[in-house]
Amino acid sequence: MKESNQHDPETFVIERQHFDSLLAVLKQRGYRVVGPTVHDGALVYDELTSADDLPVGYTDEQAPGTYRLMKNGSKALFGFTLGAQAWKRFLHPPTAQLWEGKRNGDTFEIKEEKTKQAPYAFIGVRSCELHAIGILDKVFFNGNYVDSTYAARRRGVFIVAVNCTQAGGTCFCASMQTGPRATAGFDLALTEFVDPNRHFFVVEVGSKRGAEILRDLPHEPAGEGEKARVERSVAQTIAQMGRTMDTKNIKELLYKNYEHPRWNDVANRCLSCANCTMVCPTCFCTTVDDMTDLTGDHAERWRRWDSCFTMDFAYIHGGSIRATTRSRYRQWLVHKLATWIDQFGTTGCVGCGRCITWCPVGIDITEEVKAIRETKRSPTTSIEDTNNGDS
Amino acid sequence: MESIPDIETGEAKGIVEAMLPTLFGIKAVRNETHDTFTLDLEPVNGPAEFSFKAGQFNMLYVFGVGEVPISISGNPTDSSVLIHTIRSVGTVTKAIRRLKRGAFLGVRGPFGSHWPVDEAVGSDIVIVAGGIGLAPLRPALYHVLSQRERYGKVVLLYGTRSPDDILYRRELERWRSRFDLDIYITVDRAPSGWRGNVGVVTSLIPKAPFDPLNTTAMVCGPEVMMRFTVQELQKRGIRGEDIYVSMERNMKCAIGFCGHCQYGPMFICKDGPVFSYNRVKDFFVLREV
Amino acid sequence: METLEPILAEHPFLKGLEPHHVQLIVGCASNIRFDSGQFILREGEEANQFYIIRKGKVALEVFSPERGPIIIDTLVDGEVLGWSWLIPPYYWRFDARAVELTRAIALDGKCLRTKCEEDHHLAYELLKRFAAIMEQRLQATRLQLMDIYGVNP
Repeated sequence: MKESNQHDPETFVIERQHFDSLLAVLKQRGYRVVGPTVHDGALVYDELTSADDLPVGYTDEQAPGTYRLMKNGSKALFGFTLGAQAWKRFLHPPTAQLWEGKRNGDTFEIKEEKTKQAPYAFIGVRSCELHAIGILDKVFFNGNYVDSTYAARRRGVFIVAVNCTQAGGTCFCASMQTGPRATAGFDLALTEFVDPNRHFFVVEVGSKRGAEILRDLPHEPAGEGEKARVERSVAQTIAQMGRTMDTKNIKELLYKNYEHPRWNDVANRCLSCANCTMVCPTCFCTTVDDMTDLTGDHAERWRRWDSCFTMDFAYIHGGSIRATTRSRYRQWLVHKLATWIDQFGTTGCVGCGRCITWCPVGIDITEEVKAIRETKRSPTTSIEDTNNGDS
Repeated sequence: MESIPDIETGEAKGIVEAMLPTLFGIKAVRNETHDTFTLDLEPVNGPAEFSFKAGQFNMLYVFGVGEVPISISGNPTDSSVLIHTIRSVGTVTKAIRRLKRGAFLGVRGPFGSHWPVDEAVGSDIVIVAGGIGLAPLRPALYHVLSQRERYGKVVLLYGTRSPDDILYRRELERWRSRFDLDIYITVDRAPSGWRGNVGVVTSLIPKAPFDPLNTTAMVCGPEVMMRFTVQELQKRGIRGEDIYVSMERNMKCAIGFCGHCQYGPMFICKDGPVFSYNRVKDFFVLREV
Repeated sequence: METLEPILAEHPFLKGLEPHHVQLIVGCASNIRFDSGQFILREGEEANQFYIIRKGKVALEVFSPERGPIIIDTLVDGEVLGWSWLIPPYYWRFDARAVELTRAIALDGKCLRTKCEEDHHLAYELLKRFAAIMEQRLQATRLQLMDIYGVNP
């Protein structure tokens, strides 16, 4: 990062009234602008026609198993933290057609499905979400193969990040070192300030593309006071965070504790509902659906999101390898925090807290890890001793 | 952001291309047992040869029904025909069973790691197969026999449920008459009149003729059979790094993206299916992993 | 028998026994041979002997009315056949039939039983060895029982 000086060419200020032009300019350049908006009382990521579509004045209250979206009378555009959805739904779509096939008598032919679409511009990407996108990059560009559906969307995407000026109720990005401040991977990063007499954004430029777009908007270089406010705001957000994940030697910890009694404990609570995998910004598992029409002459192959919590996920001839909730929960958590590191070189968790908020029974992964770390494993505990009566 | 490998220049294969099956025609269908059969396949378009390494697998697609991972069981030194031995147990394999000569299948592959037939040169070879596990091991045996002089003793230990479940019977009988190959077969149960061994395949290990200090063992079969087989092999003195197993898990994409085939940190489709026992030993003994 | 003593003394089953115990056992031993297809022992009969197979193959069979005789195990060179002579009520639980010409050493179990009552050291040594054989057979049987090659319904 460049050293800051009196008038750092990388940091600017945009006033609220000029923010609307940002979306307009992006649209003009041919981007599909998507960002947070409120539909049916829920905060979702969807196409934005203008800044008015943003959740102005909305904020959220989150806790394990609890989410409330409410208006607080503020004029802030980004006064909330995270909804249930993650940006992965645009880069790694929930359903995607891979090819279609046609039968010709005994034989058949298969045609690749090629879709072209306009690049996305993401508005309001939090630092944890930036890291999640970086993590997915490592998953989908894995050496011999590239997920081209992901790659095509990823290459073109324009990212306007937003630094969090308040912590969400379940956030722990600070302890995962994924935020709250966006440091890389964005084109522009905004920090919003709403004062009684001034509503403005401090803008950091992260790329050439970002600089280009900024040139078309009315902006001023940021002053020292404004830059300092960003630092203070970030520090305040960190201080607000109510939980931490101790990641010290976490890989070894989980590898060594496949039979820890805590797994039985969480299995008693987990409903195997798969919410956590749906809301998690890094969960990437999919399944392949081969389908045909009634005549049997036309076939399609689709890819769609899947979850390791389903009984089908690990099914091989006659049974599921992970028939108990205990084993499926363990698979998810150990993958997210441990085996992911061996597979892709990073952790799989960004500390966004979604899995904690959206778990119907409020399972908190920071608590689960803490329990495994702290409880001495009884030498007499074995899997036979436990009877969690699940299926 | 990671720099994205270029699909256009062929630096990496794109997922859609890698998910497109290639058309193969069924040249022959042979019944092996009541529920297992062997297909001879040849490509319809493109190169007339299909090359693979012993231990690898393909994804076989039945139009409109689905896709399933099946080990290749042919001779890796003969690329003119693609051979698969398939057990009819689920929707897709039952649909494959209904196809006749002249019908077509989609094939993607070959995928996965292979048996260490080149690394094992100079050592004794012990192949322990259980049930359909002989199908992924047969290519390794073909490879070894094609360069027989480069290896020491070669022993095949094969266990099945009953005499009716023995695969490749004629071929085994032919191989039996070789002087440079020891074959021991056992079944879990047999009708009276069976003159062969009855007993579990692990019981063949203590007396099998190989030098444990210079042996490469390749094991394939149901996981429980592999677990006990590895124990017996180690009891004879073979080191964990010289024992290889072939693992199986649910697979959807075979290219490391769908996440289904994970086994601890390993993806069976790209890190396996063949593993050195040392690599998987910590997970081998865990349940529901 | 002089000819049998070196053979028996070398056999893994009797290895480690005190010389006078070996002598005792040799005294109860005799050579025997079974033609292909011949029954060695029948289910329900009194178990008064056990056998150490020198060369050949023996099938353990169980007869079931609907399914006929089923082979559940085969024993080959060097293996020990029969332990029911040691465990009350001393009768055979299965049939054993020679699959091919089989030469074995027959040991007088009835005689050894009496000797074991008198000499508990001998009894312990024999029971130790049979316990090991039983454990190995039980383990193998369990694997066979699991029908590991079968398809799950």
